[in-house]
Amino acid sequence: MANYIKIASVAVGAGGAASIDFSSIPATYTDLKLIASLRSNRTGNVKDTIDLKINNVTTTLSQKYLQGNGTGTSSGSLSNYWGETDAAATASAFGSWELYLPNYASANYKSFSIDTASEDNAVLSITELIVGLWSTTTSINQLTILPVTGTAWVQYSTAYLYGITKY
Amino acid sequence: MAAANTYVAIASQTLASASASINFTSISGAYTDLVLICSMTGATAATEVFLRFNGDTATNYSCTYLEGTGSAAGSYRNSSQTGADLNYNAGVVTANPNVVKSNIMNYSNTTTYKTVLTRIDAPTLATGATVSLWRSTAAITSVNVYAVQNWAIGSTFSLYGILAA
Repeated sequence: MANYIKIASVAVGAGGAASIDFSSIPATYTDLKLIASLRSNRTGNVKDTIDLKINNVTTTLSQKYLQGNGTGTSSGSLSNYWGETDAAATASAFGSWELYLPNYASANYKSFSIDTASEDNAVLSITELIVGLWSTTTSINQLTILPVTGTAWVQYSTAYLYGITKY
Repeated sequence: MAAANTYVAIASQTLASASASINFTSISGAYTDLVLICSMTGATAATEVFLRFNGDTATNYSCTYLEGTGSAAGSYRNSSQTGADLNYNAGVVTANPNVVKSNIMNYSNTTTYKTVLTRIDAPTLATGATVSLWRSTAAITSVNVYAVQNWAIGSTFSLYGILAA
């Protein structure tokens, strides 16, 4: 039996998509991994931030981030902030975003790890490491990512959800 | 033809009682790289997480850290340690699981020292990345994950092997 299994994937079409949603995630895996290539339709700013919903809520989520932008580093804590991606940046540049979520079906609080990068050969490229905590004991069955300022992910944005089993 | 399983679960442990050390032994050399995934809470207080290979307790380990605490970003290093200390400030705490993802590259070669890349996340303390070096040319056949103080019941440790296609 494979231990690294594609559960579902999304490729955004010509009309764009307001969000990318994976629902009815079965509890049969040990960990989840979500890998996305994203660009939002935000105008007037080269970046957009990413929002994450777990089980369709953004409550009880907290995080810390470590950021490098090519000129310096910083660290902070912001609610509803899960990395940055390209928007009105260099044409065809998409941000990369990876979420690792261990023991997602457990009855404990859920800690998770995010790596994100948006390189565009321009003046503002950002890479980040993020730790997140969902302070809820409910099993996770839905993950949703959406742009914070833009209204949609543009065409050719993609996301793949994998299940990892330890057996 | 079905695709080959290139990400193989080698072994996994879930603590049934508080413990400060777990071992993966008799690791086959059949894989290209190893991936270690840990999710642990502390039984009593904050504690750091270390790796040792093949039972080597000599001062053959060094680490460089990149870390963000939520208020400051920093980089640090330790040289000639008796174990690879994966987290500088991101110690395990009692309530919220730490996430450790370590990639142990080319672990079975007998020519080069072994490098480990780790992402470590402690929700209430810090996020960061660590590079570790074990100055040995021996093939890695065992991995010891240990801490100064016990982890809590239910902490999980899983080892995967990556196979070249």
